[in-house]
Amino acid sequence: MHELSIAQNILDIVRESVPPKELPDVRTVKLRLGDLAGVVPDSLEFSFTVLTADTPLRNAKLHFDHIPFMVTCNACGKNFTNEIGFVLCPSCGSADTKILSGLELQVVEIELEDTKAEAL
Amino acid sequence: MSVVTIQRKVLEKNDEIARRNRQRFSQQGTFVINLVSSPGSGKTSVLEKTLEYFEGKVNVAVIEGDVQTDLDAQRIARYHVPVVQIVTNGGCHLEAKLVEDALTNLDVTGVKLLVIENVGNLVCPSNYDLGEAMKVVVASTTEGDDKPLKYPGMFLHASALIINKIDLLPYINCSLDALKGNALKINPALKVFEMSCTTKAGVPEWCRWLEQHFSG
Repeated sequence: MHELSIAQNILDIVRESVPPKELPDVRTVKLRLGDLAGVVPDSLEFSFTVLTADTPLRNAKLHFDHIPFMVTCNACGKNFTNEIGFVLCPSCGSADTKILSGLELQVVEIELEDTKAEAL
Repeated sequence: MSVVTIQRKVLEKNDEIARRNRQRFSQQGTFVINLVSSPGSGKTSVLEKTLEYFEGKVNVAVIEGDVQTDLDAQRIARYHVPVVQIVTNGGCHLEAKLVEDALTNLDVTGVKLLVIENVGNLVCPSNYDLGEAMKVVVASTTEGDDKPLKYPGMFLHASALIINKIDLLPYINCSLDALKGNALKINPALKVFEMSCTTKAGVPEWCRWLEQHFSG
């Protein structure tokens, strides 16, 4: 259950990226989350909700872009997705492979509602 | 809607402190391993056998991570090595900052090998770089041979795998070949050791391999 610590890190990044008076306008925090990043989205959402309740960020929700686990084989050149975590090439059996994606854990976008425009 | 586009790793603060720790270890010539496993696989026993092997030959220090109690630090103190206990009070993993703070109570000058024994947990510690040179995962035969498939993240990020409790193989339903095979499908570069802390089988092989990384 390290999602609480990860949610806290996400909050810190949002607070560093958005001016304090605009925090109530934050609606969505978009994450890139690899299938093998070892993070449970439901637990992370729950932790995020608990940490933001009764704060200026209470309107913010997390959005996940799930990134599949992808591997490329240096021997035969094929790309493959495998049972989560397996890196042996299913075509030629080579162990000379490289992970292309699936370990991501990044904040990529913060969406804010334009309350100023509505007030005009 | 207005959009702020950023590209930031969620754990960048931890990674930054880990870089600082790593730089410090490197400057002091201390080789650091992060020992990870599920609870009860025998991390502390592996550590005890490792300390016995290096006693009087190599300066070793230990950072112990546990959710509660300093029982492990008490066990390690019997080997007359510097040891600091981190109690996470419920936290399921160590973070780089906890290690940095522990270093204020641990003088690693002249220490060739620092072992950080992480909290027993096969999920959470795999996300957190502590500044170690390598992660070593312990998997015991009694946990079953499917553990690498269930917890791939931990095996993917490790450099070595110690299969512990091989003396129990005749009594349990665990295939050593399947356990090794499963781990190597996730990380073909894993260096695998078969060990029993009861009979001490495999301890010299592991310690000699480990020694290559900080001797000379």
